[in-house]
Amino acid sequence: MTSTELPAKPRSATTRLIVTALLLVIWVALYAALAPASQWLVLQLPLDPASGAAQALAFFIYDTPKVLLLLTLIVFAMGVVRSFFSPERTRALLAGRRQGVGNVAAATLGIVTPFCSCSAVPLFIGFVSAGVPLGVTFSFLIAAPLVNEVALGLLLALLGWKVALLYLLLGLAVAIISGAIIGRLHLEGWLEDWVRALRTEAAPLATAQLSIADRIDAGVEAVRDIVGRVWPWIIGGIAVGAGIHGWVPEGLLAGIMGREAWWSVPAAVAIGIPMYSNAAGIIPVVEALLGKGAALGTTLAFMMSVTALSAPEMVILRKVLTVRLIAVFVAVVGLGILVVGYLFNFLFG
Amino acid sequence: MKDVKVLGSGCKRCIETAALVQSEADRLGVPIKLEKITDYAEIAKYGIASTPGVVIDGKVVHAGGLPKSESIAAWLAA
Repeated sequence: MTSTELPAKPRSATTRLIVTALLLVIWVALYAALAPASQWLVLQLPLDPASGAAQALAFFIYDTPKVLLLLTLIVFAMGVVRSFFSPERTRALLAGRRQGVGNVAAATLGIVTPFCSCSAVPLFIGFVSAGVPLGVTFSFLIAAPLVNEVALGLLLALLGWKVALLYLLLGLAVAIISGAIIGRLHLEGWLEDWVRALRTEAAPLATAQLSIADRIDAGVEAVRDIVGRVWPWIIGGIAVGAGIHGWVPEGLLAGIMGREAWWSVPAAVAIGIPMYSNAAGIIPVVEALLGKGAALGTTLAFMMSVTALSAPEMVILRKVLTVRLIAVFVAVVGLGILVVGYLFNFLFG
Repeated sequence: MKDVKVLGSGCKRCIETAALVQSEADRLGVPIKLEKITDYAEIAKYGIASTPGVVIDGKVVHAGGLPKSESIAAWLAA
């Protein structure tokens, strides 16, 4: 991290690149073999292929490895990309930016900057006290958890690239517009007093010179950390999804989660707030619900609400924001998600 | 005696970082005075935007994520 760092151990970038390329080939081969292998496996089971149990098992056997494979690839790629960014560097890019351009930049950087919800408060204070406008800071803080690689990876695996891309674009839109509105409201006075009084100089951190080997290591580390943490949730989520696939009758949910039920979108947002399951456990369930008549907009609104508006994060942010400001934050973001939900239901009815 | 401060609000990574610094110092035989800074306002004064942060003799050397043990060794040797 510093210029005083000793010469690193001789680590060969070539070896790593070769190993990475080799693993990619194995990945492609595994992915290609997935559909025929799982179909063959299901046929070996002593089950009537039309039965609920066979359908549930087919879903589970095919989707579990598929999701894990795609997630591993995306998390690795994101880990490499994130090694080019740091919250400190992002802050330097955003300090003194104006509304508008600043919100767009903040939301976009929110996707690629390494961020852990446990350092949301230091990040918030660090940004605001160094001259990043409040609304721009919010755009970052909304986008970072909302558009995350786990959600994108699962959406890609289970619902296809179109839905994943729409989630990405609409998530960005919610972050940009919500931040812009909060900025326009001029709520700096609603920060806790000690936060408003704080003015800091950015620490003169020497930028680390990372080699290609270091960046590949960062990707591997991200896989170990993130996939290592979420895989039980994914398997649990797919198991529940498989149960829904196999045994819940078609169209059962059309009445309560379908597009005709206008009240289901606000209900989905409201239910999502106290839920703090990560996207990993929820998306497989959502995918299964879609097959039973739930509307896409309603389910996406639910997912966004779970990831962007989490009760534990609000408790943490209470240390720096007044209750009034938290209420505005929830209202603005919630409204944005609501619009996304209705828009989707309207477009993809 | 090196004055080492680990900045962080008590998250898992911050605790790990403090333990890693201590064990690395013990291994190298460098005497250190380790202090954990958990107050958000104090942390902010060091000018970082991500935790855990590491400050050695008043100089910020690291911010965000678990530092590598080789890096810690380099900071302690400097």
